[in-house]
Amino acid sequence: MTQDNHGKKYKFGMVIDLDKCTGCGSCMVACMSENNVPFKEDETNKKDSITWMRVFKLTNGKPFPETDICYMPRPCMHCGGKGDHGHSPCVSVCPATATDYGHDTGIVSQIYTRCFGCRYCMGACPYHARYFNWWDPKWPDGMEEYLSPNVSPRMRGVVEKCSFCYHRYQAARDKAYHEERRDEIEESEYQTACTQACPAGAITFGDLNNPDHEVCKFVNPDPHQCGKPRNPKAFRLLERLQTNPKVYYISEREWVRKAGDNYRDGEWGKEIHSSDGNSHK
Amino acid sequence: MDSALIPKGAKRCPFPVFATGIAVVGAVLLWGVYAMGLCWLKGLNQTNMNDYYGFALWIWADLAVIAIGGGAFFTGLLKYVFGIDELKNIINLAVVIGFICYSSALLILAIDIGQPLRGWFIFWHANVHSMLTEVAFCLSLYFSVLTIEFVPLILENRQIDKVPFFHNLSHNMHGVMAIFAATGAFLSCFHQGSLGGVAGVLYGRPFAYREGLLVWPWTFFLFTWSAAAYGPCFTLVVTKLFEGITRKKLVKDNVVNLLAKISGWMITTYIIAKIIDTIYWMGVTAPDMGFSVMDFYSNNSFYGIWILFAEIVLGGIVPAVILTVKKYRENKKLLLVAIILGVFGVCLNRWVMVLQVMAVPVMSFDTWALYLPSWQEVATTILPVAYGIILISLAYRYLPVFPQEQELYDTK
Repeated sequence: MTQDNHGKKYKFGMVIDLDKCTGCGSCMVACMSENNVPFKEDETNKKDSITWMRVFKLTNGKPFPETDICYMPRPCMHCGGKGDHGHSPCVSVCPATATDYGHDTGIVSQIYTRCFGCRYCMGACPYHARYFNWWDPKWPDGMEEYLSPNVSPRMRGVVEKCSFCYHRYQAARDKAYHEERRDEIEESEYQTACTQACPAGAITFGDLNNPDHEVCKFVNPDPHQCGKPRNPKAFRLLERLQTNPKVYYISEREWVRKAGDNYRDGEWGKEIHSSDGNSHK
Repeated sequence: MDSALIPKGAKRCPFPVFATGIAVVGAVLLWGVYAMGLCWLKGLNQTNMNDYYGFALWIWADLAVIAIGGGAFFTGLLKYVFGIDELKNIINLAVVIGFICYSSALLILAIDIGQPLRGWFIFWHANVHSMLTEVAFCLSLYFSVLTIEFVPLILENRQIDKVPFFHNLSHNMHGVMAIFAATGAFLSCFHQGSLGGVAGVLYGRPFAYREGLLVWPWTFFLFTWSAAAYGPCFTLVVTKLFEGITRKKLVKDNVVNLLAKISGWMITTYIIAKIIDTIYWMGVTAPDMGFSVMDFYSNNSFYGIWILFAEIVLGGIVPAVILTVKKYRENKKLLLVAIILGVFGVCLNRWVMVLQVMAVPVMSFDTWALYLPSWQEVATTILPVAYGIILISLAYRYLPVFPQEQELYDTK
């Protein structure tokens, strides 16, 4: 049985427990390795390094001994866009249809050979989840042998981003067909590389439409409010922009949940009514 | 040396002087071409853009030249569609400027994209929901219209005009120019507007996002209106520059004052709309997204509230007042101040709508992203300026750009 997602089959999503994340960076390494993400000799400038999965470091801004740290892994949010109709901030602006919304999966794709590098999608994404190939991809001698044959490397001058390891979904789907299960894939058959690599088990991945999947149990998304979490400890980044991401975060810590969005003085913790009739807490 | 090409009776500087000037500007142009080559051959790593600053100096230059080139479509509309005949004395200049601005914009876009050889994908795989698609279609089509508008002027060159076919072609093209002017105005409205829409639809960027009418955010209408309002200011600035450099009067005061007056009223209406838009954005749009106005103008070393003041007051209200009040408008110095401030104002608006949009952090734990362009970016931005100076100088020397030049010279 599936919850309503405009009648579509899957709605893949991720839940990240920020209280479990230690900031070790395994998810970033696994992602780069899995997806043939190129790197530079000097990766210190994070504004031009490609990190499909990037771990941000947040602090509560308080002096010792109240100082608290939170590490926030940030993949592509695979936004459903306003109204959750698939008009993600990036998909709706791409002039060449080089990025698309999969209504059957909820995954935002990137067609590298169609992208001509205008970077409008990067400007549209408030999460900085999109990266431009400023240089030709190069790997140290011999390392080409370790590239994954399932993911095409990208050329200079195009944009790339997290695909929720879409090639793994394709492989799981192929397997299901082969075993005459149509495209009924099990939860464990399609997991992203970052999910599997996380030593703390902070990342959970699955179908948000399927109440048997862990992701759905964790956040209890409200299908009538574009997937907004009903779990009070869960939140989505920049909920108020109505981008409707499919990546959810969970934290017991109030300051962490507050850091997930922008609030004017006195707004936090209260019911906020916006001019378009939406309410937010 | 080249006197046979110069319009009959027109006084021009000696050819060696002209050639020297062109050579100097040509050297700057070559510098820009070298930087352009580097960007094409080595890629956009030659710039200081990054993943936070995907849009930078070039896109600002692109938007700015298109805004100030707006004099072409608006003057054309006034002359050919609304029948304001006096403007025939400045329309040629407006068209040449428009041609330069739009061709520059196309060149900048060709350098700016990461895969220039795939540029045509924007037409082939067009996404009808994207404002950039609308920009590409309207920009290319309007550039074609501008070329058609420019051709009759080229055909009026003394030597070309001697060929009966070209003489008749030019004559006939003038006859149907109203159709092209109207088409150009239509295309340009959508083109200027869609450039405004590029920023306005970004609902993930609270600094840029605006509500609107149907599929068009308010910035769509504001960009069109501001290009029509401020474009003539740039046409007048170039006229004054020409008059200053050549030490000759080239356009009669009544024509200048008429265009200045129309521009003044357009700026007045535009700036009222812009103020209303800004107040609504400050009071409703941004707060809905969790932002206070000062979030956009503080905690960084450059973008303070001064920029909003400079755009609206210095670049809007001041020129609007000067250009609408007859006494001020007819004062030559004040007129010059107003048209320069006007050009400054619209360029600053485009800067804000491109670069400040990229600079403002959106996630609560993110930081402001400021950037300094690389020399390659500066050189490729100066390239269209050098190209424009050369083309407009050639046009002035060999074509009858200013129809009143002879009459004004004789009167003197």
